Amino acid sequence: MQPKKSARSTQEPRWLRYSLIGIALAFLLSFLFLPLVFVFVQALAKGVDTYLDALKEPDAWSAIRLTLITAAIAVPFNLVFGVAASWAIARFEFKGKAFLVSLIDLPFAVSPVICGLIYILLFGSHGWIGPWLQDHDIKIVFAIPGIVLATVFVTFPFVARELIPLMQAQGKDEEEAAISLGASGFQTFWRVTLPNVKWGLIYGVILCNARAMGEFGAVSVVSGHIRGETNTMPLHIEILYNEYQQAAAFAVASLLALLALVTLVLKSVVEWRLRKELAAQDELPPDGLPATPRTAHA
Amino acid sequence: MSKPHSILPGFRLSLGYTILYLSLIVLIPLSAIFFKTALMSWPDFWALVTSPRVVASYKVTFGTSLVAALINCLFGLVVAWSLTRYQFVGKRFFDALVDLPFALPTAVAGITLSSLYSVNGWVGQYLEPHGIKVAYTPTGIVVALTFIGLPFVVRTLQPVLEDLEAEVEEAAACLGATRWQTFRRVIFPAILPALLTGFTLAFARAIGEYGSVIFIAGNMPMISEITPLLIVAKLEQYDYSGATALALVMLVFSFVLLFTINGLQWWASRRGQRGA
Repeated sequence: MQPKKSARSTQEPRWLRYSLIGIALAFLLSFLFLPLVFVFVQALAKGVDTYLDALKEPDAWSAIRLTLITAAIAVPFNLVFGVAASWAIARFEFKGKAFLVSLIDLPFAVSPVICGLIYILLFGSHGWIGPWLQDHDIKIVFAIPGIVLATVFVTFPFVARELIPLMQAQGKDEEEAAISLGASGFQTFWRVTLPNVKWGLIYGVILCNARAMGEFGAVSVVSGHIRGETNTMPLHIEILYNEYQQAAAFAVASLLALLALVTLVLKSVVEWRLRKELAAQDELPPDGLPATPRTAHA
Repeated sequence: MSKPHSILPGFRLSLGYTILYLSLIVLIPLSAIFFKTALMSWPDFWALVTSPRVVASYKVTFGTSLVAALINCLFGLVVAWSLTRYQFVGKRFFDALVDLPFALPTAVAGITLSSLYSVNGWVGQYLEPHGIKVAYTPTGIVVALTFIGLPFVVRTLQPVLEDLEAEVEEAAACLGATRWQTFRRVIFPAILPALLTGFTLAFARAIGEYGSVIFIAGNMPMISEITPLLIVAKLEQYDYSGATALALVMLVFSFVLLFTINGLQWWASRRGQRGA
């Protein structure tokens, strides 16, 4: 698109371009791609039968099941929160909004180990409500509820973080139009907001799910590591690895690596859709839109 | 700007739910750290958080995190630059690959890196004859933290590099600047806030990182023991107040970093506005 002459003066010499690309690719290949390949090679190192046996083992099964259950609880919880938070933050003005947004980001700044620790301080046998829970025979830490809670904590910001900037960028004109035309709040949300933020929402859910299934530090602290009961997949991998069962450890790890690959592919697809949608929005000039009453609440 | 009264419904409900959920899941549990530490006397607390083994763990944690974040800045800049400015085969693949550390569970990264870099691993066997030991040393921790932190730097730099206006660089070239001068005087100052933000994000993540590090670190007290591991060790010995005191130190540091990141982003957005 640019004439060749001017392009040359704002480009690096050819040798530099190639060496920069070379350095970048060498770094990505050795630091990211090599480990990814290594997981699958190690998993299948002792043959397909050993691989399948490692996955069929009852402890592995229960770890897979617990991981799926945890994600199936944690993701919807944070999804509902993300939608509520972004509706409040992107659609209304109120004092302390910036502060609230920083608070939502807080779990990202906290070490996973500390995420686990706080639930032990609350629900452990020496914790705030630990004795009360013991009296009523309710187990939270070193049991499944604790694992779910820790997972909810570490994946807390994902959906909200994707939705808030997206909804802020889209503005509230369309929703106001729907309301002023007589739609109920629920109809507006279901028919206008949700289709508009669909891809951003999916994007957040994908990231949230990947983290929920893969979380190690926080879950490790609250799990109690009871084999076949409170082990998630990452914890099961740790146990196998520490018992020098390399092939089995990498077999379970390969499932999580597959999950990571699926996440990356879905993420790329959704990113592409998001970009397309935003570009389509930009192309329409404001007065080219069908006659929507833009100042409905005047 | 917008009017105080909106015709949209659901403000109270959504904000109320947001604050309730935030308090129940995040704020109240986190406050437990402060209340628990408040029960300790100051001299006890101070003796605990400055004992030799703990101080050594700070040095390991902060030292390796700093080195890893610096490596990420250097290579992250080269990667982000190549991905935004040049065309090459497989670009989309490499672009997607950058996010791998976000998607790959840390435990998987941990066992993979430690096997790769152990003495008879794919990479370790070539480093060993040169006297370079990576696995079970602080160098191994740096490798793991570099892996974890890379996407933070690349993903913060990429949009800024994409948004740089070609006219500015053309103007610099027209005025007789060499390419290097243009980079140093025009491009670099423009991307500096993003680079610093990426650095701080990678650094903050590295300090708290646990899963990928413990496998490769060797976890020797005083040498390659990170602070998060020390917290876990204290918990396993039922030393709850010790664990909490260390957690408080890390938490305060994380908050300072979070504050820095917000400040940097504010600085970057103000710069962007002035430039526009």
